[in-house]
Amino acid sequence: MNELQELYREVILDHNRRPRNFGELENADRVVEGVNPLCGDSMKLYVKLDGERVSDIRFTGAGCAISVASSSLMTEKAKGNSIGELKSLFDRVHEMLTGDGTGAAPDIDEMDKLAALSGVRAYPTRVKCATLAWHALIGAISGSQDRISTE
Amino acid sequence: MSAIGSIAGSVRSAGIAARRADFPALHQQIHGKPLAYLDSAASAQRPQAVIEAMVAHERRNHANVHRGVHQLSQRSTDAYEGAREKVSRYINASGSDEIIFTRGTTESINLVASSFGRMRLGPGDEVLVTWMEHHSNIVPWQMICEQTGARLVAAPITDTGELDMEAFHRLLCDRTRIVAAVHVSNALGTINPVQEIIEAAHGVGAAVLLDGAQATPHMRIDVQALDCDFYAFSGHKAFGPTGIGVLYGKRALLDAMPPFQGGGEMIRTVTFAKTTYNTLPCKYEAGTQNITGAVGLGAAMDYLSGIDFAELARHEADLLDYATERLLELPGIRLIGTAAAKASVISFTLGDIHAHDLGTVVDMEGVAIRTGHHCAMPVMEHFGVPATARASFALYSDRSDVDQLVAGLNRAAELFL
Repeated sequence: MNELQELYREVILDHNRRPRNFGELENADRVVEGVNPLCGDSMKLYVKLDGERVSDIRFTGAGCAISVASSSLMTEKAKGNSIGELKSLFDRVHEMLTGDGTGAAPDIDEMDKLAALSGVRAYPTRVKCATLAWHALIGAISGSQDRISTE
Repeated sequence: MSAIGSIAGSVRSAGIAARRADFPALHQQIHGKPLAYLDSAASAQRPQAVIEAMVAHERRNHANVHRGVHQLSQRSTDAYEGAREKVSRYINASGSDEIIFTRGTTESINLVASSFGRMRLGPGDEVLVTWMEHHSNIVPWQMICEQTGARLVAAPITDTGELDMEAFHRLLCDRTRIVAAVHVSNALGTINPVQEIIEAAHGVGAAVLLDGAQATPHMRIDVQALDCDFYAFSGHKAFGPTGIGVLYGKRALLDAMPPFQGGGEMIRTVTFAKTTYNTLPCKYEAGTQNITGAVGLGAAMDYLSGIDFAELARHEADLLDYATERLLELPGIRLIGTAAAKASVISFTLGDIHAHDLGTVVDMEGVAIRTGHHCAMPVMEHFGVPATARASFALYSDRSDVDQLVAGLNRAAELFL
């Protein structure tokens, strides 16, 4: 695999072309805006909760391929999971995207498609594109913020 | 001369083409490909002569300038003031006391906004800028307008990215105290009709500041011929170092304006009752300046003095035409900024590929371009795009850089479109 394919894996290109769970969600319990002021990525995340569980999740917005694919993959993964599970998943994804390899190695099998995002680690300028959606998710499920900025 | 001498065109381009060898940073591989550096509008590479002048100063001559009685201080002062002389001669100021060293274009503009703005602006007065300004020629004026009660007015641009001169003349009025305009737009490449702007502004009694950050690497500047009141530029866009820039100002204005910052060097006498200020140019240079940077800038002025600007203009026009033609072959390309008078800067979008993805893909082909809003958000707003990709050329650029860019863009199109 060359460097370019390592970053823009087929899964990323596919989710960029056809983002899953794209669009507004009526009756969402939580709505969080996420922006990356440096590159102008912006997304809006809609979360519907059933008790402690994410019963539905959708997003809108515009951004680069990495940020759109990351949002799409995140929503796919988040649907049906509990808040506790997602907080733990966030930590593992964060480690995968930003870690220097000294922390606990993320279980790639368990991460399945999310592992496609790991290519950004070699591109510090693009890491924030990938983490934006995940920070928005944390903001939404913890109900702490309604606006997330990477800066 | 050899047979080549009979082919005038070849001889002309050979002169500029040979300059590429002067820039050591250009001769390296990035991701296994030869570097095609197309980000000179953000910061130009430096010729060996500039690098060597700075190293020599650091190794042998460094000390603080002015007032020192020892040998190194004298050498350092000579080098620093010598650099000021070089800048003054290069842009044809009427004397080196009209050259103020700053950190760069941004600080130069802030100096004028703060000092001249404080002196000249009051409620009901207007500052006229254009829609194609870099944020550093908008925000300092917004700040001083807030403090003084003056109003910031922006002259619109057309769909080709040219200043709407009809609107400009309409907006210019007896309330206008300052016109602050970019000489060459960083986001669009547009070369503004600065002579017309200056004459019209003076007609209503307004002073004119030109932001020359993007003009200095492409054209010879003559501030007296322009008759502008202030001219601001940066060292690092004109083949010098970062952290050093210039404010040219007409002597009478610089004399009349209050100081910008207070501190050492800018004073004559200090008592707790009253401080008197130094004369030009030191009045505006509080604190120890970037001495080595000034030396590097002086060397850049020497380097530019050796350039045949008529030949450079032909070289860059050829590159711009070639790049424009090659880019227009790409399906989905949209050029942002198609002014008739344009420097060798091309902003574009490709299909719906995000500018940052374009930047990353071409980087892997060894091509350095800038992506984003280029600190000109009103320009992006005008063209309805969040960001563009921008390829910018300098005297060391050539057609192979363009070919490499096009190859990279084709790669991006294969991947995303």
